[in-house]
Amino acid sequence: MGTVFSFDLRDPATPAVTRALAAAVRLLHQVDAVFSTYRPDSAVSRLGRGEITVDRCPPEVGEVLRLCALAEQRTGGFFSATAAGRLDPSGLVKGWAVERAADLLLAAGARNLCVNGGGDLRLCGEAAPGEPWRIGLADPRHPGRLTGTVQGRDMAVATSGTAERGAHITDPHTGRPATALLAVTVVGPSLTWADVHATAHMARGRAVPVPGYPALAVHPDGTRTADARFPSGDTS
Amino acid sequence: MRRAVLATVSTVAGVVLLLALKPHRATPPPVAVPPPGRTPPAHSGGGSRTGTFTGQVIDTRYGPVQVAATLRQGRLTAVKVLQTPSDNGRDQEIADYAVPRLTQEALGAQSARIDAVSGASYTSEGYIRSLQSALDQAGA
Repeated sequence: MGTVFSFDLRDPATPAVTRALAAAVRLLHQVDAVFSTYRPDSAVSRLGRGEITVDRCPPEVGEVLRLCALAEQRTGGFFSATAAGRLDPSGLVKGWAVERAADLLLAAGARNLCVNGGGDLRLCGEAAPGEPWRIGLADPRHPGRLTGTVQGRDMAVATSGTAERGAHITDPHTGRPATALLAVTVVGPSLTWADVHATAHMARGRAVPVPGYPALAVHPDGTRTADARFPSGDTS
Repeated sequence: MRRAVLATVSTVAGVVLLLALKPHRATPPPVAVPPPGRTPPAHSGGGSRTGTFTGQVIDTRYGPVQVAATLRQGRLTAVKVLQTPSDNGRDQEIADYAVPRLTQEALGAQSARIDAVSGASYTSEGYIRSLQSALDQAGA
């Protein structure tokens, strides 16, 4: 199963931005080659099998594993790169990679853009002059429908849920699939951390308050609970 | 009008630059084959990019995927799914879920209300590539 990444640039494409876009695409392919658990020859697969040490991996592997350790610590162990019993930092890598791709575009002068990694979004600037980004939240109970919206400028939006792939998030403390929530969306300044907290809330079965990262949880009966600071775009 | 122009530009950027971070199992990469009975694009005017453009059939690991894109004056207005994998229930289930989401995503950048959707972790390389080939035909 793959993940689709898309770039949505709202500024005129200068030569520098066009070059940065190509570099961002190359970066994502490199990240896939190094971190894919589908590829038996990736550095992470070989590391997981104990064939090599972190020292022998590309430097970004060490960086990601340090972030994973920090994430485990900050979430009381509800985020874990070994939740399913084997090394799989994918839960952190996707947001981290999207963020690095967005940084390349920002460094090239792009200001208003959206990088979407399989439904996890890094939003920079605004959608149009004077208009915030408006993001629909997939309804985990009704495919193709939305359960709400968020809006804002310069923010990250990550959603973790059971809708498409079933209960694929494992509670690292019990080793069992987490089923108490259908989906959690977290908004905040960093996509890496929004994604980590969304995954941890799912594993825990409830959204605990995290400063700077408000959450919206969707319960099995379809009701929603949101932090007061959650930037809901709903009018109701 | 300015909004429409911006949206068009962004959609082209958004759709054209999609890429798949795909699994690299021992299977060969999907190969695009010409569809057996391609319906001719219903052009209504040379450069106006209006009409329905049928994408190529893309063979994926899960089965063939084909879509058709409808454009009105360069704006993507609809995506019709002509073929999705349906060999087993799970394939059908994934396609039933993913396809409306992808259509929403493809059209979403043009919606005045929604710029993108969070929470879709879909697998959709065939859809994207077929849509891409439809847009290529349209010159969009």
